[in-house]
Amino acid sequence: MEKNEKALFAELDAHIDALPSKQGALISVLHKAQDIFGYLPREVQTHVAQKLDIPASKVYGVLTFYSFFTMTQKGKNRVNVCMGTACFVRGADKILHKFERDLNMKANTTSEDGLWSLDALRCIGACGLAPIITVNGKSHGRLVEDDVTGIIEACLAEEGGK
Amino acid sequence: MVNIKINNLAVQVEPGTTILEAARTLGINIPTLCYMNMEGAGCKNAPGSCRVCMVELEGRANLVPACVTEVWEGMAVRTNTPRAIKTRRTVVELFLSNHPKDCLVCERNRHCELQTLAAELNIRENKYDGKMARHEKDTSSMSLIRDPEKCILCRRCETMCNEVQTVGVYSAVNRSLETTVSTAFNAPVTETTCTFCGQCVSVCPTGALTQTNHTSEVWTAIADPEKFVVVQAAPAIRVALGEMFGMAVGARVTGKMVSGLRRLGFDKVYDTNFAADLTVMEEANELLDRIKNGGRLPILTSCCPAWVKFIEHQFPELLDVPSTCKSPHEMFGAIAKTYLAEKLGVDPAKMVVVSIMPCLAKKYESAREEMGRNVDFVLTTRELAAMLREAGINFHALPDEDFDNIMGESTGAGTIFGTTGGVIEATVRTAVHALTGQNPADAAFTQLRGTDGIREATVKAGDTELKIGIANGLGNARKLLEAVRDGKSQYHAIEIMACPGGCVAGGGQPYHGNNQSIIKERAASLYVIDGEKPLRCAHDNAEIKALYAEFLEKPGSHKAHDLLHTAYVKREKV
Repeated sequence: MEKNEKALFAELDAHIDALPSKQGALISVLHKAQDIFGYLPREVQTHVAQKLDIPASKVYGVLTFYSFFTMTQKGKNRVNVCMGTACFVRGADKILHKFERDLNMKANTTSEDGLWSLDALRCIGACGLAPIITVNGKSHGRLVEDDVTGIIEACLAEEGGK
Repeated sequence: MVNIKINNLAVQVEPGTTILEAARTLGINIPTLCYMNMEGAGCKNAPGSCRVCMVELEGRANLVPACVTEVWEGMAVRTNTPRAIKTRRTVVELFLSNHPKDCLVCERNRHCELQTLAAELNIRENKYDGKMARHEKDTSSMSLIRDPEKCILCRRCETMCNEVQTVGVYSAVNRSLETTVSTAFNAPVTETTCTFCGQCVSVCPTGALTQTNHTSEVWTAIADPEKFVVVQAAPAIRVALGEMFGMAVGARVTGKMVSGLRRLGFDKVYDTNFAADLTVMEEANELLDRIKNGGRLPILTSCCPAWVKFIEHQFPELLDVPSTCKSPHEMFGAIAKTYLAEKLGVDPAKMVVVSIMPCLAKKYESAREEMGRNVDFVLTTRELAAMLREAGINFHALPDEDFDNIMGESTGAGTIFGTTGGVIEATVRTAVHALTGQNPADAAFTQLRGTDGIREATVKAGDTELKIGIANGLGNARKLLEAVRDGKSQYHAIEIMACPGGCVAGGGQPYHGNNQSIIKERAASLYVIDGEKPLRCAHDNAEIKALYAEFLEKPGSHKAHDLLHTAYVKREKV
């Protein structure tokens, strides 16, 4: 983050300054901030608090309530497995375990090489496609365990192609 | 008007009234837990979340929470059906299932709303045995202790801190069983913008927020034959201490307080009111100096350490505005360890100064470096009551005694420091004398009195018109400060007290729940004491005159500055 920190904060400020109203904007601003920074470290939270003129405790409170937000830096490839009720009854836990085995890591962590983040999320609101995951922002629905290996390979291939 | 029936009793109430409020007009008590009407602070906490106040409505399948349900025409409420009672009991039993049941050794034992509810609802077993939340205690501060395991998530502290005080230390964080009310980043409270006003402790229903306890250190000092322990008591103590022993609200117990302190073993018992008179001398001098020499106006009073910390965090650009005067008890400490020690022939190194204060912030203040550790320990009104009980002293049977002399005499001016408007009224009395050469014809400046959060008045002193602003509660203080910052303030002087109502409603006082009538009674008693004093103006205090003649020379002298004045520190805003 260090390199472009200034530019990233400027981008966030531009977004906040363009808002029609700062009231009630906290959640959407946190989304934007996480888009920009990849995660929401302490300094980003206090910055948001100051810009929106609300207590830092409130920012932290909202951030810790929603599991989508994270305070830790994520890996290059971000896998989110929905563990909402619909996904769960259709085998989301098996999908998650398969990722854990294939990537040799635990859920809700980032791999040591910084290549992968694997997170279990609460409902992402696409129950019709259960079980569903998102990989680097793209969704993959109606998954079965056997799809997992292919998804991982595709990510690595893209990584190599860059 | 709306016609409703509660338990078959008909009543007419204003539209917008809640079932809870309507029931209270009928003398029907519906138990509550999260609900709190902080009327003294102009605020209500009613998230409707605890579900303790559930009642039945005729013709409705589901129970409703009485604290947030407004009445409608023809509504028929049942508060005492078996179903309503059982529901409440189950709700409290569920609270208890995630509560450390260490009542016997809890700071809030006998003053806990959850404990009282459990007793009143006849709960006789721990019915639900489930997973318990685990949280660290926060013992970082000199003033208060946070024990989130005892938190029942009523959010009263949040409402008080965020909405009334606009300090914003607390927020609910995490979710599910891990939910707790905490600070930003779960930081210790010392790393936040907390002012230690203690109003969160005042409103907390359980032992989740409590004061620190320094009674054992004080007992040790008293028992040490090497130490000479002097104690001072703030103005607000004498009109609240009686409540701790079941006396009437606002009972004036100055004489009993003094004899009680003596029986605890303090070597000398002095009056913070003396030091308040001294503060008036210094502050009035500073005000007049700023007016005469074109200094920074308005001047802000600086007796309240919570308010001082508030401005340091929230308005670091305005630190040249407050008076540089230390608070009265710190002035007392500085004079006690110099002038008094010399007069008594006591080695200042062996002198221990204890302050009895209505305040939690004074504990923190006594550890501020600028104060030079002249006050060794600060105890609250509640801690003093606890010591009197420990010592087996029958408070009701205590005789009336007087303070010791040299630092025990006070005028009515020092007395009213304990209520909103009092500090500035006391200062005005002396400023009038300085500007006109004589005491005001009537010492009572009633235009400065009252309970509104923000007040203003003009006082004539000869040819000078003094424009005065008063704020109590930090949210109200913020409004006056914003005007100062934006150059819109027309005042010569502004008095600010952090607690809504002033020190009589401080965080160390007998729990008052921001009940307006309790706060008013205590304040009224201070004005009665003031009215009964033969001397009403600080500059007429003979002991103060002697102090200046023998030691300090004159207000604002070099020595006075060294001992009685302080400096402020810029702090982080979030």
